[in-house]
Amino acid sequence: MATVSLQKLVKRYGALEIVHGIDLEVADREFIALVGPSGCGKSTTLRMIAGLEPISGGNLKIGGRIVNDLPPRARNISMVFQSYALYPHMTVRENMGFSLKIAGMKSEEIAPRVEEAARTLDLTHLLDRRPSQLSGGQRQRVAMGRAIVRNPDVFLFDEPLSNLDAKLRTQLRTEIKKLHAKVQSTVIYVTHDQVEAMTLADRIVIMRDGHIEQVGTPEEVFQRPASKFVAGFIGSPPMNLKDAEIADGRVVFVNGDSLPLPRRFADRVTAGRKVTFGLRPDDLYPAGHGIHSGQEADVHKADLRVSITEPLGNETLVFSEHGGAEWVGRMLNPRRLRAGETLPFCFDLSQAHLFDRETGRTLRG
Amino acid sequence: MGALKRLRPSTPFLLLLPAIVVLAAVVVVPLLLSFYSSFTPFRLTQPASLFNFVGFRNYGRILTDVEFWTAFGRTVLLLTVALNAEMLLGLGLAMLVEKATAGQRLLRTIMMFPMMFSPILVGFQFKFMFNDNIGLINNALQSLGLTDQAIPWLIDGTLAFWAIVVAEVWSSTSIFAILILAGLLAMPKEPIEAARVDGCTPWQTFRYVTWPFVMPFAYIAMTIRSLDVARAYDIVKIMTDGGPAKRTELLWTLISRTAYADARMGLANAMAYFAIFLSILFTVYFFRKLAAARTQIGAEW
Ligand SMILES: Nc1ncnc2c1ncn2[C@@H]1O[C@H](COP(=O)(O)OP(=O)(O)OP(=O)(O)O)[C@@H](O)[C@H]1O
Ligand SMILES: [Mg+2]
Repeated sequence: MATVSLQKLVKRYGALEIVHGIDLEVADREFIALVGPSGCGKSTTLRMIAGLEPISGGNLKIGGRIVNDLPPRARNISMVFQSYALYPHMTVRENMGFSLKIAGMKSEEIAPRVEEAARTLDLTHLLDRRPSQLSGGQRQRVAMGRAIVRNPDVFLFDEPLSNLDAKLRTQLRTEIKKLHAKVQSTVIYVTHDQVEAMTLADRIVIMRDGHIEQVGTPEEVFQRPASKFVAGFIGSPPMNLKDAEIADGRVVFVNGDSLPLPRRFADRVTAGRKVTFGLRPDDLYPAGHGIHSGQEADVHKADLRVSITEPLGNETLVFSEHGGAEWVGRMLNPRRLRAGETLPFCFDLSQAHLFDRETGRTLRG
Repeated sequence: MGALKRLRPSTPFLLLLPAIVVLAAVVVVPLLLSFYSSFTPFRLTQPASLFNFVGFRNYGRILTDVEFWTAFGRTVLLLTVALNAEMLLGLGLAMLVEKATAGQRLLRTIMMFPMMFSPILVGFQFKFMFNDNIGLINNALQSLGLTDQAIPWLIDGTLAFWAIVVAEVWSSTSIFAILILAGLLAMPKEPIEAARVDGCTPWQTFRYVTWPFVMPFAYIAMTIRSLDVARAYDIVKIMTDGGPAKRTELLWTLISRTAYADARMGLANAMAYFAIFLSILFTVYFFRKLAAARTQIGAEW
């Protein structure tokens, strides 16, 4: 149980800078998810926190103490690796008790702690097997067991679920959440799966090219993305993002089609401003098949031609043309649609976003 | 008709027959003959003695022969010292080479050089280096001012033994180094990182994670070495020939002396079979260890 703070943390490989001075304060017992596209430096950051990668600049504090130059064993952290990294020559029991044994604990003290962790993770019947005799999901749970027996200050997870199939992933996601509620440790969890990040984390850190784009609760990053990048990264299917220009109270798209300027941006942009207009699929729906969150006045209606549909059972994703580009909308209580059909659609403009086209930052202020 | 058909051997057997005949002629027959001769007082100078069957008399004589047991003990000592030194040095070398970030390929090639020398050449090379008058080693020691005497490396019995150990270690360390390096390179890196996070010091990481993984490779090297230890004969033969005054006599030099100098082939064969039997026991032992270590790391080979 400890706070973690990253102060202008930098990672360089030779002349190549990978992580560009990131700042982050992680509170005690907080669950932080680190997300971002492949190669953005998530693992590198996590490995610097673990002490597996030397820090090239800035400070790293765990529990208020600068640990830049301490080896991993002096940081009291646990890490779950993407490839599980179990010790192949040890049984599950030995794997889980290894850190305690190294810490000099007696075997009578180790046994109950290992068994307790095994019960939590439903591993009791596997304790005497070797990793090679386990399935992927079981190995994953052993890796987690190995991390929890120690009561570390901080848990580090590096994409622990990415090697598992979708069903197991959902199941273990729930287990991780329960586990955190139970052990109450600080957790830093790297993933590139935004659903994992949204469901698990207290706060999400979105990284891009070695920078932090936004830090916020799942609601914040979803409802008030700080940039075009975050808007496109969080949410599935991704937000519709279309380039446009502001002209006397309207948002005009490249082919001349337009939408009214959302009211909350009325005094934030002037005519001629080049912007990117963003609208989530949830806020673009065939009339009568969606819910608007703001006032009725903010809902703009327009007839759109359906190009294709993707029925998902409880809802249907509807792709249609507007402003010279393709938009995706979400149809609740779906009925069967024909391709080529023209329908009245609702744009819930109270939920729309505007970003500066050059910098990508939000114009919400 | 039916009887003839039954007499006719199967085609695979016929096809293998030439190989079987050649193998029998060059391996099986000499082997059986030498084994049989170990039960006779066969002397090369008296061919008729080959037909005088004396049962276990040669073996009985060996058991009470002080000279044999001295050579035997010295051989075991040499092998114990040499194999352990080879394993430790090989491990050290392999770990250093594995750490090398540049030129690893070149280092690996250089590491294999000693394996390319015939043991005879190794013997000559070390005989020259340890020569008390013109040898490189005394020369170096004297030039460095560490001693002003000519140390009688190959003349003093104890020193000669260690000189042989050095030559043997030099020529065979690379087998361990290569095999252990193969193990290190095949090893997944994540468990090592996991061990560091789990609180291990570098030494503990080696002891509990790296070593269990490369151990099977060390056993493979041991098994190979336990089969080819007799190669050391060439080195000893050239460097000291068992001398001075039989102070470096090993089983192999003793056997060849008994067989050719004393011409007592029957007795020599008995000694040789005794030695081979022990060598086989060692091989089996290491093979067992290897199998156990392999299942332990869950290896798939
Ligand atoms: N040893 C290294 N030398 C040079 N560059 C490296 C090294 N290790 C990683 N990198 C670079 O650092 C960047 C960040 O890598 P990192 O592994 O942190 O990405 P990541 O965000 O974890 O991606 P992923 O989601 O694919 O795991 C990558 O562009 C990678 O090429
Ligand atoms: Mg990664």
